[in-house]
Amino acid sequence: MSVRAALVAFLLLVNSAHGQGFADLGRDAEGFAVPVPGTAFDFPRDHGAHPEYRIEWWYLTATLTGADGRDYGLQWTLFRSALRPESGEGWDTPQIWMGHAGLTTSDAHFVAERLSRGGIGQAGVTIDPFAAWIDDWRMESQVEEGADALSDLTLTARSQDFAYDLTLTATGPIVPQGDNGYSVKSDSGQASYYYSQPFYEVAGVLDLPGGPIDVTGQAWLDREWSSQPLDADQTGWDWFSLHFDDGAKLMGFGLREADGDVYTSATWIEPDGTPTPYGDGALELTPLATEEVAGREVPVEWRLELPDRGIDIETRPLNPQSWMDTLFPYWEGPIRFSGSHEGRGYLEMTGYQ
Amino acid sequence: MIRAALSALLSHWWRHKVQLAALMIGLALATGLWTGVQAINQEARSSYDAAASVLGQDQLDRLLRADGALIAPQAFVDLRRAGWLVSPVVEDEVRIGGVRLRVLGIDPLTAPPAAAAVDLTGDGDLAAFIGDDRLVFVSPETAGRLPSDPLTVRLSDDLPPGVAIADISTAWSLLEMEGFSHLLVWPEQPYGVPPLEDAAPDLVRIAADGANDVGRLTGSFHLNLTAFGLLSFVVGLFIVHAAVGLAFEQRRPMFRTLRALGLPARHLVGLLGGEMLILAFMGGALGIVVGYFVAAILLPDVAATLRGLYGAEVSGTLRLDPGWILAGFAIALVGTAVASAQSLWRLARLPVLAPAQPRAWSMATSRSLALQAGLGSALLLVAGVLAVFGHGLLSGFAVLATLLLGAALLLPAVLMALLRLGASFARTPLAEWVWADTRQQVPGLSLALMALLLALAASIGVGTMVSSFRLTFTDWLDQRLASELYVTASTEEEAERLRSFLQPLAHAVLPIRSVEARVAGAPAEIYGIVDHATYRDHWPLLQGRDDTWDRIAASDGALINEQLHRRAGLSIGDVVTLPNGWSETVVGVYSDYGNPTGQVIVGLDALADRYPDLARLRHAVRIAPEDAPALADRIRDEFGFTMRVINQDEVKRLSLDVFERTFLVTGALTVLTLGVAAFAILTSLLTLAAMRLPQLAPVWALGLTRRRLAWIELARAVLLALLTWLVAVPLGLLLAWLLLAIVNVEAFGWRLPLFVFPLDWLALALWAMLAAALAAAWPAWRLARIPPARLLQVFAHER
Repeated sequence: MSVRAALVAFLLLVNSAHGQGFADLGRDAEGFAVPVPGTAFDFPRDHGAHPEYRIEWWYLTATLTGADGRDYGLQWTLFRSALRPESGEGWDTPQIWMGHAGLTTSDAHFVAERLSRGGIGQAGVTIDPFAAWIDDWRMESQVEEGADALSDLTLTARSQDFAYDLTLTATGPIVPQGDNGYSVKSDSGQASYYYSQPFYEVAGVLDLPGGPIDVTGQAWLDREWSSQPLDADQTGWDWFSLHFDDGAKLMGFGLREADGDVYTSATWIEPDGTPTPYGDGALELTPLATEEVAGREVPVEWRLELPDRGIDIETRPLNPQSWMDTLFPYWEGPIRFSGSHEGRGYLEMTGYQ
Repeated sequence: MIRAALSALLSHWWRHKVQLAALMIGLALATGLWTGVQAINQEARSSYDAAASVLGQDQLDRLLRADGALIAPQAFVDLRRAGWLVSPVVEDEVRIGGVRLRVLGIDPLTAPPAAAAVDLTGDGDLAAFIGDDRLVFVSPETAGRLPSDPLTVRLSDDLPPGVAIADISTAWSLLEMEGFSHLLVWPEQPYGVPPLEDAAPDLVRIAADGANDVGRLTGSFHLNLTAFGLLSFVVGLFIVHAAVGLAFEQRRPMFRTLRALGLPARHLVGLLGGEMLILAFMGGALGIVVGYFVAAILLPDVAATLRGLYGAEVSGTLRLDPGWILAGFAIALVGTAVASAQSLWRLARLPVLAPAQPRAWSMATSRSLALQAGLGSALLLVAGVLAVFGHGLLSGFAVLATLLLGAALLLPAVLMALLRLGASFARTPLAEWVWADTRQQVPGLSLALMALLLALAASIGVGTMVSSFRLTFTDWLDQRLASELYVTASTEEEAERLRSFLQPLAHAVLPIRSVEARVAGAPAEIYGIVDHATYRDHWPLLQGRDDTWDRIAASDGALINEQLHRRAGLSIGDVVTLPNGWSETVVGVYSDYGNPTGQVIVGLDALADRYPDLARLRHAVRIAPEDAPALADRIRDEFGFTMRVINQDEVKRLSLDVFERTFLVTGALTVLTLGVAAFAILTSLLTLAAMRLPQLAPVWALGLTRRRLAWIELARAVLLALLTWLVAVPLGLLLAWLLLAIVNVEAFGWRLPLFVFPLDWLALALWAMLAAALAAAWPAWRLARIPPARLLQVFAHER
C-alpha cells in the first residue's frame, strides 16, 4: 500500500501549488526535495523522518484472527506533512503530524484520529532507538543491536471506544517498491520513495467494548515519502496489499484519472522477499459490486488480474462499511480474496464522492 | 349592542386626543425605557456569552495551575503523551495600535470540536493559520478598529468584539510570553488514561462553567441599569394610571347610560378590558420603537463604560432581538393591567344607579392616608434593618427599593404635615384657602408627586455619587500621576541614551518596570519601583504602616491595589502569592480607580531578580512643572518620534475622559426619569382640572379673577414641587450613601468617601420647580381662559 488518503489530506493542508514545474533537479518550486531515481535507501536513517519532503508516512495494516475465531483488521498510521521544507524545535516548526487508528470487525469499524505539530515532542519519529509516535500511540522498535530496527516492533493505540497492543516480528526482509524504491505514480513522472516490510507475524490484544480479545495474524508496514506524488488530474486511488496463503505478497494500486483512465502499478513479492515490479497496465482492476457507504457509492468488491503471474482473484471486505470518518475521509479495511489464489489483505480507496 | 357599546366607549378617545396622547406617551415611555435598558443588558450579556463560549469554555473542563502561573509547554506535551486529550490555550490582552485586544492563542490541531472558534476547513486555511505568524481572526467590527499594519487580519462573524483568535505561536509573539493559560479537556478521554494527579500533579481541573467571569463581574452594573429601567417604568406607570383613571372618571355618565340600556356589567368590563388591551399594544409598539432608539443611543456609551471599567468587550451596535420585543409587549400589557386594575375593579362593582357625576377617583380619605403612611414607615424600617444586617449587592438593592418605596408612600402624609404647618402662617382668608385647597389637591397629585420624589432622589443620589467619585478620582490622579513626564523608549539602547540625556536636565528619572502575571487566579500586573520621595509623599495609600516605604525600598514586601485587596481578601500582614513560587508580605493597600485588574508593587530589585530579562523602557521624569513642556520638546527633538513622551496633563485628561463616559449613561437616565415625572405631573393636573371646577367656581364667584386663580394654580404646583424636593434631599443623600458604601464596592471593587454638593441640590430644586411650572402651565392657561359659563354651570349642574 502506499499513496494514501493522507495525500488528499495533506495537499489540502499545505495549500501547495503542487504539480508545477521543477525549479531544479531534486527541488521543487517551493524548495521541497523531490525523489530522484537511482537513490539507494540508507537504513536506519531512512526509517526516520525526511522533513525536506512535503509528505511522509509510516503505515501499518494487520489482518488478524481472534481467539474467538473471528476475523479482525487494524490500521495504525502516522503521517507527516510539511508547510515548509524546514524542521526544528518549537511551536512554529512547520511540520504537522497526523495519526489514524482503525479497528475493523465484521459488524463494527472503529476510527480515531490525532493531530500534532512537530518540534514540540507531542509527535515524531526517532531513529535510534526507532520510535514513531503521536500522543500515546506508539510504534517502537524492540530489536537488539545489529538487526533492522523495524524487524521487531510493539504497536499501541487507544481511543474512547477501542485500544490495541501488539507485538510484530518480521520473518522476511525489507522490500523496495517500484524501481529499487523509486515508485512512479503517473505518466508525467510523479514519484515517491517507497519501501515495505510485508512479513510481520503479529500477536497481541484488542480492547473492544465487548472486552479484550487475543489475536494473531499478519501485518504489512509501508514507508513512503515524497513531495509531488500525484498528477493534477488524478482523482483517487484503489490500493491493495495482499498476503497469499503460500507466503507470497502482492502490492498493487490503480490511480484513477479524471478522463476515466487508470494508472496501475504492482509489485510481486516472493516468499523470500524478492520483488518484481510491474509498470502501468500489467495489473488490471475491475470493480464488481458497490455499496452505499457514508452516503456515497463505493466499490467494495474487486477483481484483480495479473496475467504475468497467473493471478485472477476476487476480493470481499470483512466489513463493507470500513469508513474512516476522519478529517479527510476514505475507505480502509481488511479483505479476503479467492479465485486463482487465496489469502487476506487490506484495501484502501479514496476519492469517491 | 356590543359593537354600539364599543364605538361609544372608543369615541371618548377621539374627543379627548390629549388624553389619548398622554396615555400613549406614558405607556411608550414606561415600556421604552424599560425595554431600552433590557436591550442594552441583553446585548452586553450576549457579548459576554459569546466571549465565554468562543473556545467552548462553557462546555469544556479546563486544567489550570493551582498557583495561577502559566502552564509550561512541556506539561501539555507530557499530558498528551500520557494519553490525555487536552488542548492548550494562551489568553491575555495586548494593545495593538491603541486598540485593546484579547488575544486567544489556540492549537487547532488538538482543539476539541466544541472549541472550534474559527472555521479553518477551507483550502490552505489551517496552513496559513499555523504558518503565518501575524495571522489573527477577528470580528468585522473589531477589524474596523484595528490597524492593518502589524497583523494579517481575517474575518469571522462568530467572534465577539475585541477578541482575536490566533495560533499558539502567533499569540506568544503578540503577547510576548511563552506558556499556556489553561488546557481545554476533551469531554471524552481514551480508555484507561492515568489519573490526572499522576499525569500532571501541578494542575487542577476546573469544571465547565455556564456562567462566566465577565458576566459575574459586570452583573452589578447591569443590575444597576435594570434598577434604573424599573424606576423609569414605575414612573411611567404613574402617567398611565392617571390617564386611565381620568378616562374612566369622565365616562362614568356613559357607563351608567350603557348599563341602563341593558349592557351587562360583565360585557362592559370585558369591553373596557379589550380597549385597554388594544391601547396597551399600541403603546407597547410605540415603546419598543422608543426603547430601540434609547438603547441604540446609549449602547456605545455603555460599551465604552464596560470596556473602561471591566475590560469587557460589548458590541457597540444593537441587534433587533425578538426576545426583548416580546418582553416589551409583555411589560406594556402588565403595566396597563396594573395601572387600570383599580379602575376596572371599581367599575365592575358600580351599581347601575350610581350617581353619574365624576368623583375624584383617588381622593383618599384621611384613613387611607394614615394606612399609606403606616405602610411607608414599615418599609423604611425594613430598609433600616436590611442596611444594618444585610450582605451583598442584592441586599443593597433591596435596601434601595424599600427605602424609595417607603419614602414615596410616606410622601403624602409628610406633605400634608408641611402644608398644615404652612397654613398656620396664613393671615388672610385667601391664603388660608390656598393652603387648604393645596392640601385638598395632594391626594389627587400624590402619585405624580411620588414620581417626582423618586426622580429627584435618584438624581441627587446618583449625582452625589458621581460627583464624589469625580472629586476623589481627580485628587487621586493628582497623587498618582505625580511625575511630570512619562517617557517610553522603543529599544534598550535608546533607553540607555535617554537616561544619560536626562541625567543633567531632570530632577530625577524613575524607571518603571512591570510584568503581567496571574495573581490570586486572575490576570494582574506587577510593578517594580525605586525608592523615591515621589512615591513616599504622593502614593494614595488606603492602608499602610510606618515602614511601608522602607520595606518596599528594601525589596521586602509588596503593595497591592484596592481591587486585589477586596477580591482576594488580602490585607496588611497577609502573604500574596506571586508567580514562580514567589511570595511577599502585604505592607500596604492603595487606591487604583478605573483599573479592572489587580496590581502589585514591589521593589525594583525584587522584580529584576525574578525577571532579569525585563525591558527597561519606561521612565517617569521629575522636573519643575513649568519646565516640563520644554523638556518634552527637547526629548522629542533629540530622539524623534520613536520615543513616546506623555505629559502628566494628557494622562489626566485621558483618564477623566474615560471617567466622564463611565457615568454618562446614569446621568442620561436620571434626566429621562425627571422628564417622565414632569409629564406625570402634567397628566395628573389635567385630570384634576376638570374635577376641581366645583372647588374653584365659588372662589371665582367671590371675586377672584380667572387670571389670578390660574397664577395661584401655577404657584401651587411649584410649591408642591418645592416641598417634594425638600423631602427628596435627605432621601437622595441616603441613596448616595448606599450607592457608595454598598453598591459601588460590590460593583467596582472600590469604596469612595461621600461629598455633598448643596449647590447641585439648589440647581435641582430650580429644575424641579421649572418642571412643575411647565407641567402646570397648560392647565393654568386653560383655567385663565375658561368660559365663565362653565364656571357658572357648576352652580346649575345637577350634582
